[in-house]
Amino acid sequence: MVEHRPWNDIIAYAILTLGVFIVAFPVYVAMIASTHDAATVVGGRMPLSPGGHALENYYRAIFVGGSRTAPEPVGQLLLNSFISAIGIAVGKICISILSAYAVVYFRFPFRKTAFWIIFVTLMLPVEVRIYPTYKVVADLRMLDTYAGLILPLIASATGTLLFRQFFMTVPDELLEASRIDGAGPFRFFKDTLLPLSITTISALFVIQFIYGWNQYLWPLLITTQDSMQTIVTGIKKMLVTTDELAEWQLAMATAVLAMLPPVAVVIFMQRLFVRGLVETEK
Amino acid sequence: MANVVLRDVRKTYTGGFEAIKGIDFEVGDGQFCVLVGPSGCGKSTLLRMVAGLETITSGDIDIGGRIVNQIEPADRDIAMVFQNYALYPHMTVYNNMAYGLRNRRMPEPEIDTRVQEAARILELSTMLDRKPRQLSGGQRQRVAMGRAIVRQPKVFLFDEPLSNLDAKLRIAMRVEIRKLQRRLNTTSIYVTHDQLEAMTLADILVVMNSGRVEQIGNPLDIYQKPATTFVASFIGAPPMNLMPLRADEIRSQFAGDSRAAGESGILGIRPEDFVISAETIAGGIALDLTVEAIERVGAETFVYGTRQHEIQGVAANPGELPPGEVIVRIPGAVAPAIGERIKAVAPRENLHLFSADGRQRIEL
Amino acid sequence: MEKSAVFNSSRLLPYALLAPQLIITFVFFYWPASQAVLQSFKREDAFGLVSEFVGLENYHALFAQPEYYRAMLTTLVFSTLVAGLSLLIALLFATQADKNLKAAPAYKTFMIWPYAVAPAVAGVLWFFIFHPSLGTLARPLRGLGLDWNPLLNGNHAMTLVVMSAVWKQIAYNFLFFLAGLQSIPKSVIEAGAIDGAGPMRRFWTIVFPLLSPTTFFLLVVNVVYVFFDTFGIIDAVTGGGPAGATTTMVYKVYADGRLGGNLGGSAAQSVVLMVIVIALTAVQFKYVERKVQY
Repeated sequence: MVEHRPWNDIIAYAILTLGVFIVAFPVYVAMIASTHDAATVVGGRMPLSPGGHALENYYRAIFVGGSRTAPEPVGQLLLNSFISAIGIAVGKICISILSAYAVVYFRFPFRKTAFWIIFVTLMLPVEVRIYPTYKVVADLRMLDTYAGLILPLIASATGTLLFRQFFMTVPDELLEASRIDGAGPFRFFKDTLLPLSITTISALFVIQFIYGWNQYLWPLLITTQDSMQTIVTGIKKMLVTTDELAEWQLAMATAVLAMLPPVAVVIFMQRLFVRGLVETEK
Repeated sequence: MANVVLRDVRKTYTGGFEAIKGIDFEVGDGQFCVLVGPSGCGKSTLLRMVAGLETITSGDIDIGGRIVNQIEPADRDIAMVFQNYALYPHMTVYNNMAYGLRNRRMPEPEIDTRVQEAARILELSTMLDRKPRQLSGGQRQRVAMGRAIVRQPKVFLFDEPLSNLDAKLRIAMRVEIRKLQRRLNTTSIYVTHDQLEAMTLADILVVMNSGRVEQIGNPLDIYQKPATTFVASFIGAPPMNLMPLRADEIRSQFAGDSRAAGESGILGIRPEDFVISAETIAGGIALDLTVEAIERVGAETFVYGTRQHEIQGVAANPGELPPGEVIVRIPGAVAPAIGERIKAVAPRENLHLFSADGRQRIEL
Repeated sequence: MEKSAVFNSSRLLPYALLAPQLIITFVFFYWPASQAVLQSFKREDAFGLVSEFVGLENYHALFAQPEYYRAMLTTLVFSTLVAGLSLLIALLFATQADKNLKAAPAYKTFMIWPYAVAPAVAGVLWFFIFHPSLGTLARPLRGLGLDWNPLLNGNHAMTLVVMSAVWKQIAYNFLFFLAGLQSIPKSVIEAGAIDGAGPMRRFWTIVFPLLSPTTFFLLVVNVVYVFFDTFGIIDAVTGGGPAGATTTMVYKVYADGRLGGNLGGSAAQSVVLMVIVIALTAVQFKYVERKVQY
């Protein structure tokens, strides 16, 4: 701002601090709840300071599981989430960088058709075709498998569009210099294009990891065994009981565990995250 | 070591645009050929056709006795220096130079020998571990040169390699390139739009305009005997003064010369060929000018004057003077005053005469 | 925009490169989507053994249901509230963070991390705070004389779901608003100040109009977000209830197919949703076309 008035800054700090408080409050409460015992939490008079049951709660959540409400230890669900989130991110990057390479660097019949076939998928989120997709996965015998969790989510236009956009900014002369240096399509891709794409790949990885980790509807549909659930779908099952019996301290410990990996990714890879977010959407 | 021959080379883009309209010339073994012309004249396209980066619609390109029309760039035994250098940004200087050799499965010890030798010649030895972005413009340019010379190709191709450098560095690198080419004695084709660069580098100069060759020859010949008004105004700075003359004016000016009789034409006089003098020269030309502007650059002075009798109907060509204006270049800093009337005279042997359409030189 | 430098000599390679994406796209996108369309014209018996072509019957049945109009209305209310509130709040925070504060980068980090929280988890967090019997903030509400119970009261349930969705979406909008604000040249604002416009006036006459492309883009993205990504919040917090008060159109597709076993009706709803998404995408396309110049 142009004016230099001290109260201006003070108001700004006040509003922002309020904002940070609102943003942080629910998570703070969850963290506190995960350190108290069941009776304190359910009693409705839980203090806003940490209790002494943190280790016990997290140990039970991860390795033992709750009694009736969450028979499966969260450790397994965390593993499932990691496998499917990484699978989705890596799979998406692999297939979309290859298709973008084909569309940008080659001329062939039906090139534009292929591009449009991919592009239109932007308009078909999984939510509008839930049951037919479920049926395809069931027919392919991929229910309750990692393949079933991962494959239907790795095809989408965003990755292809992002790589296409990046490839367009790579100077033509690099390809020409490579051709004169004797590099064909494979060498050019491996030696030049891939190393130059590292930042784009990382940014896309960060975004897609979060996307994959936070999937809800799809894993909910295609996992029938508790041991194949992801942690995000697992939390809900902890609550679907008559309320008083739900072990809220374990549910909150699970919620904290479910938030930890993607939030850590955002905070520690903020630059890549922002870049990925802005570039996949713009 | 090879010569390069172009025979009736043409390029037509889909859509019908004819970029190259039938070009023939030969660059002898070890010669330095410069393609010069205004932007859009097709010189870069032609170079890229020699490199194999653009297809040839018809005609033949022959490198070292082999027709290369259908041969991949990598197999033509050429190396190219790009305008923006096209260095691989993620590779070190060393790897930038070694990449093409590795792709050809050359043994590492030999690659090392060649890269070190090139680095020594180009004074890059201390920078081999750096990435291109850690280098200055001039250093990047030298890496691009290095990448070309380690290959020891039959032909070097340069696509405006100095245009991204500042003026001072451009002159220094120009001299470097010429020295290097002499030393390696490799046939070279060099594209530029800078006529000064063209004049100073070329063994053979090819002046191009809208997809055609206007003139081929050694630079001094072209300067002294431009074949068309286009060449006359493109080569030399400031450009040659061109004045349309009616048939009767030509007859009176060149009385007794049968080749100049009969038709209207264009008279050309280089600014440096004038002398400001009250005396006319027998057989020469004298122009009465009013001084409009003066540029002093130290060693010489440019006088911009208007002819008092304007002659109608000037053919428009790039770089040509506005009708009626004449530039006179005189040594030193002594100049007439603005508004002063002067007489600029030039001897007969320094006059150039062209046909009225500017396409043909009439020898006097 | 097209590359002029390309590989011309490879015939089959580009198809091989495209194959993985195209195969997955056909198997998991086009085939199911076409099945949804097909199914919406059919009726299956309870065991899925016999299916017959019934024309538009499923659509007639769908638009004869008062519940469907209710779901549409719920979706409309829900998206308006979530998009409006999250945009407003995010804009307020972004304008403050755009001020030349020393701590601005730290605030930015603290504002954006909820983006990473799964919608379902966000729902669970808010549900816990506002849980009628054990919620930390439910008791103060009762203290104010409000008979707070999102498990029984539809409006309370909607409020809770909207709060969770807004909370989660602020981060995203904040990030884009801040980027938009930071891309406005300082000199334009300084010129405004020299022309005598005060801070508020400058915001409404200079900054806000320059920000309008960002705002419009965010509006569309937010509506899509409310349509689809909030499924997890609704399912985790209210399960569409109480008594259908938070059943949006997407939730109804899920619930009718899963719980009701009415696949034909669910498919018809899917098709209606597809049409809506395509319409939304067409609007968004204005912004996407910058990168898709085919």
